[in-house]
Amino acid sequence: MKYNISVKEFLASLKAGSVDQQDFNEAFNRELKALRKHEFFQHEEGMKGKGMPISVKDNICVKGMQSTAGSRILAGYKPTFDATAVTKMRDAGSIIGKTNQDEFGFGTFSVNSGWGIPKNPLDTERTCGGSSGGAAGLTAALSVPHVALAESTGGSISCPSAFCGVVGITPTYGLVSRYGLIDYANSLDKIGTMGKSVWDAAFALSLIAGRDEKDSTSLDAKKKDYTKTRSVKGMKMAVPKEYFINVEKNVEKNAWVAIKRLESDGVTYEEVSLPTTQSALYAYYIIATVEASTNLARYCGMRYGMEQAMKGDFNQYFTSVRTAGFGAEAKRRIILGTYARMAGYRNAYYLKAMKMRTLVIKDFKRIFSKFDAIAAPTMPALPPKFSEIEKLTPMQTYQMDALTVPHNLAGMPAVSVPCARMTGIHLIGDHLQEEKIISLAFAYEGKE
Amino acid sequence: MDEVRKIAKLARLELTDAEVERFSRELGDVIKAFDALSVAEGEEPSFRPVDIENVMRDDTAGKCLTREEALSNTKHKEKGFFKGPKVIDK
Repeated sequence: MKYNISVKEFLASLKAGSVDQQDFNEAFNRELKALRKHEFFQHEEGMKGKGMPISVKDNICVKGMQSTAGSRILAGYKPTFDATAVTKMRDAGSIIGKTNQDEFGFGTFSVNSGWGIPKNPLDTERTCGGSSGGAAGLTAALSVPHVALAESTGGSISCPSAFCGVVGITPTYGLVSRYGLIDYANSLDKIGTMGKSVWDAAFALSLIAGRDEKDSTSLDAKKKDYTKTRSVKGMKMAVPKEYFINVEKNVEKNAWVAIKRLESDGVTYEEVSLPTTQSALYAYYIIATVEASTNLARYCGMRYGMEQAMKGDFNQYFTSVRTAGFGAEAKRRIILGTYARMAGYRNAYYLKAMKMRTLVIKDFKRIFSKFDAIAAPTMPALPPKFSEIEKLTPMQTYQMDALTVPHNLAGMPAVSVPCARMTGIHLIGDHLQEEKIISLAFAYEGKE
Repeated sequence: MDEVRKIAKLARLELTDAEVERFSRELGDVIKAFDALSVAEGEEPSFRPVDIENVMRDDTAGKCLTREEALSNTKHKEKGFFKGPKVIDK
């Protein structure tokens, strides 16, 4: 297939004028059509415009395209504006559709979607991971150039990237504007990127990073080209021993192979301890559910999204729409989050979790005062089969996020790079140290 | 169980008996885990992962949604206004 080229080569060909865009778009759309059975999309628009094909996770608003964050309660909602990250991508390419995800990001396996369940292209009996499952599955399955906009609250970029064998970058909290993102948890959500190679994901990040006056939490970071790397020779990595507890034997082995391979590039490593690892998971689930239950209060069958015939008083109407529109996991998290912020419980749970976040940040800062990055397995296991997922309790599912949650809680960036089949090596950095971890990812990938 | 029903009412959700039973059981597990969270007493809470203080933008008028755009996503509208459910009985 003549378009079986990297995004970098494709962009160079476009610039040189040697790509017939019409012919490329047709070839691209044929591939998309062949992938429909995988249910990667909530809404598939196809490649119609110019430049590079860009997919957008369903919770990031695209003007005129149904945007539902994977939830039936937003059925029919067509935003009248673009998210800032989408606006910034438009110069480089065209939006091909909205990728499938767990409802509002509530999940690790993309099985909690109102619009079908994406299947892992490496093994269709298994999950793509979540919550950005459609984005990762699509990125892995396409043989033609494409980049994905995804989003992470507690690991929703790294998890599916590892499971589907693609590169995912979760930036520092605030590096990318959240304007136009359908919020899950405002103090945790981060828009990031996915690609088949480190270059692809880093290139897309370079386009979307930067301060936005429409998002007061976006950081005033200097504009950078994240595809320009620095030498990794002499860099120091920390390998936390807590990140190898309850990890499948093969995953553990492959993570060590990856770490040793970086050692041959002149990167040193040392085993360390991050004692807040397990507490971080609990604190995360309190903060995430509390913020989610607040955010989800706005969906009530008025102004946009799912509507019913107006019957009864407003409490009856809102209850009727919300009961019909939210899936089981959304209801579970609303109940949990509402409980944790009820009078009398707020100090016991929410405030305690916020204090725990302080400790988690201190724990990471202590490590990053001596090391350039943390290296660890991205996920503790291979992607489970759908038949296995059905048997998991909510606590067992939440436990799958144990290695991705702590740095997400601390707002710190991470890159997941494939290191074995359906397995990723995770490189985690200090706030705004994307350049370091992306350089390590390039060195590991062995390109550039 | 009664607690779950009370929360559901606050959150404007109607749960089936089976859901109430299941959520009560599952929430019990989760809450037990949360109770283990006690070591951070004495720390200042971090409401955000990165310090951000009083971010302002210039006080200039920008582009707003038009009335048509604002109303474009609903059937429930009348004479240029959103229509909502009944609030008080006559």
